[in-house]
Amino acid sequence: MAVTFMLNGKSTTVEVDPQMPLLWVLRDTLNMTGTKFGCGMALCGACTVHINGEATRSCITAISSVAGKKITTIEGLSADGSHPVQKAWIEEDVPQCGYCQSGQIMSAVSLLAKKPNPTDADIDEAMSGNICRCGTYQRIRKAIHRAASLQAAAK
Amino acid sequence: MSQSGTFDRRDFLKTGAAAGVGLLIGFHLDARSATDPAEEQEKKPVNPFDAWVRITPDNRVTLILGKSEMGQGAMTALPMILAEELCVDWKQVNVEQAPTNPKVYDHGTGGSGSVAGSWLPLRRAGAAAREMLTTAAAERWSVNRDTCVAKDGGVLHGARKSFLTYGELVGDAAKLPLPDLKTVPLKNSSEFTIVGRDVPRIDTREKATGAAKFGIDARVPGMLYAVVARCPVFGGKVKSFDATKAKSISGVRDVITIDAVAKGAFTAGGIVVLADNSWAAMEGRRALKIVWDEGPNTSESSETLRKQFLGNAAKPGKTVRNDGDADAALAQAQKKVEAVYEFPFAAHATMEPMNCTVQIRPDGAEAWVPTQAPQWAQDIIAGVSGLPRESVVVHTMLMGGGFGRRYQADFVMEAAQVAKATGQPVMVLWTREDDMQHDFYRPASYHKLQGAVEPDGQLAAWKHFQTSTSIAAMWEDKGEENAENSEFGTAVFIPYQTANFRVEYTLAKSSVPRAWWRSVEHSTSGFVVECFVDELATAAGLDPYEYRLRLIGNDREIPDFVNPKEGKPLSTVRQKGVLKLAAEKGGWGSPLPKGVARGIAGYYSFQTYTACVAEVSIKGKAVKVDRLVYAVDCGRPVNPNGVRAQVESAAIYGLSAILHDAITIQGGRVEQANFNDYDMPRLAETPKTEVYVVRSTEEPSGIGEPGLPVVGAAVCNALYALTGKRVRRLPIRPEDLA
Repeated sequence: MAVTFMLNGKSTTVEVDPQMPLLWVLRDTLNMTGTKFGCGMALCGACTVHINGEATRSCITAISSVAGKKITTIEGLSADGSHPVQKAWIEEDVPQCGYCQSGQIMSAVSLLAKKPNPTDADIDEAMSGNICRCGTYQRIRKAIHRAASLQAAAK
Repeated sequence: MSQSGTFDRRDFLKTGAAAGVGLLIGFHLDARSATDPAEEQEKKPVNPFDAWVRITPDNRVTLILGKSEMGQGAMTALPMILAEELCVDWKQVNVEQAPTNPKVYDHGTGGSGSVAGSWLPLRRAGAAAREMLTTAAAERWSVNRDTCVAKDGGVLHGARKSFLTYGELVGDAAKLPLPDLKTVPLKNSSEFTIVGRDVPRIDTREKATGAAKFGIDARVPGMLYAVVARCPVFGGKVKSFDATKAKSISGVRDVITIDAVAKGAFTAGGIVVLADNSWAAMEGRRALKIVWDEGPNTSESSETLRKQFLGNAAKPGKTVRNDGDADAALAQAQKKVEAVYEFPFAAHATMEPMNCTVQIRPDGAEAWVPTQAPQWAQDIIAGVSGLPRESVVVHTMLMGGGFGRRYQADFVMEAAQVAKATGQPVMVLWTREDDMQHDFYRPASYHKLQGAVEPDGQLAAWKHFQTSTSIAAMWEDKGEENAENSEFGTAVFIPYQTANFRVEYTLAKSSVPRAWWRSVEHSTSGFVVECFVDELATAAGLDPYEYRLRLIGNDREIPDFVNPKEGKPLSTVRQKGVLKLAAEKGGWGSPLPKGVARGIAGYYSFQTYTACVAEVSIKGKAVKVDRLVYAVDCGRPVNPNGVRAQVESAAIYGLSAILHDAITIQGGRVEQANFNDYDMPRLAETPKTEVYVVRSTEEPSGIGEPGLPVVGAAVCNALYALTGKRVRRLPIRPEDLA
């Protein structure tokens, strides 16, 4: 089945099994490997992308359900790592193994779009679906606060 | 101090730098039942321009990383050491992963040994390159070599006001004779400009943009994706299967079988579904109709294992160490303390599930492997393909976590078997469920501790009995005879003084695979020792922090009982130093709000000294760890920023094990399958963590693992202070605190 959607601002059509999760379309069909496979059950957040601006677990999102929608992946946040959240991640030296960080960043961007100046409690809640086995959480919290400042300064 | 002979046979521990590295390499060689001459013999001196340093005429400096990067920061810390001696500007440096070649590189990455083991070799390599470049400049100018100085990526001749960049010199320098690496002049540490500085990781940008390539991101033209159906019962195999429906699924290309491989790779074998994409392969596997021969282990369960533990604990174990007469001292003791500690199996649960991509052609093979042991991967692929090792190109990929899991080669063996059978490039991908149910787990163990406390608080006796599902029993040739070798770590030479010290061990049999999980035996031994000494403090009526200092006593060095010839002794000065630093920074003894309590622990592992003060409270029924204050002494910190990151990380990994994780067995199989039943801390559970790094000038030691053993003990000791309850069975259950 052919499915057409906007991927990082470009119209994209794929011919795949309609039940195939968006995660595998991104990774295996389109070779966009920035979005990661962690659990396959929406339990860890490694596969988080934005669908029409909402943070969504791509591992359980059938490709047929995204027809006509706008999808943003980690590759679409910025061309050069200049998105305020990415800058904050770099400045706080957040990643260790880095595998979960695409998903962490996509969740953080979604949070900051809704709450430009989140409290610690807001961060706890918004990030509760993202696991980091390296335990970089303390730096993630700091980076989200820093990103909020960077975004505010840019306005 | 008397010494039992049991450890004398531990010749596999002969690789000095870090006990953990020795363990890993030793087991590894043992596991293959063959000595690898390339790894065994001392490496021949190599020209640094052939192995470590590449400089182009436009003065771009590329430093080569011989170890694997799994998040621990080797990709930053090791090139820092090279760059320091080479005298280049850190901003000028690029880093590239080494080709897999065990004749040149010590690839194996584990045992918290990368910085410790590379410190001197990389300094020598960097210094040799710098000396050769300096000589080349002196010859170019026809001046006395002593008048030339290497500086900022070039050589300066002050009097002539001349400066040549390394790029201008490298062509000549690389042809010069190699200086004697043993005597090449090394920088005085007072001249260090890179080592000891807080340096940001070199791989952060690519990890924040999705550009970083992990093993799972390998993409090769024409590749297939494969998943393997393995018998869920350990030791079981395929009896029969029907792949008709699986083959009808769109995208599925083929269904084949692979054999189990016994000792070494330890694979389960199974049915392989090959497809155009990962999803089709998984769907194909779901559609297989399989009848398993579940084999001889279906009666094993966590309950039967516990019965075995209790039975073993009722009898004396094998004597591992015996100083004085602990039993007599315990019999005469006025105050006797006894405690039993129990630990379940634990899974590594790296965020990136196991995977490996291999292509085998008639004339050579190529593989993309997220591995802590690329040399072993190369060996396995060479063995399966029948090709010489030199024809097997192994690309060491970034790892989405390692923690010891990726020192294994089971996932490599499977991919090599499938690649050999298909003749096409293929990625064997594990799902989370595969990863959780076919891990090599941290052993389950049961510890009985007995102590005798004198009226003045001194320790009259310490007795530690352990029974566990030993790692050595699985990996070593005579492992069952020497099963205790892998199970105690530094718990056999604790810093707490007593004349009567006895350690005993009994092997518990299990079909569950075991191996090295972050901090290995120290993860349990550290908990046991540091919780029990806290219990002794309570019995003595003394403050737990003061009590530790008192029992450690005078300044001295305690020989490494595990590795007496080459291991470094435990310095009580350094152990007391971190305890004092953590207590001071953690405000030990200062008032806390109602409902919050502190606990402390200190431990020595991987030749690193750690101490941790934890503040805990209880929210509802759940334990809340509010704050952790660490002090660590890992010798000279090469990159203090990286040291802090590793301790922050080990703290969360350790908390995960005490707050959440248990792998339980029923019917010979693992009951957990994904993060819903093997959960781990999230951001909201993360304590405020402070890490104070001692600015030591001793040789660097490990830091990836040593932060782990203390955190559980500090938290449980704090829980005792809060609730009066001792947690002795992990993970913590609400009823243990009720």
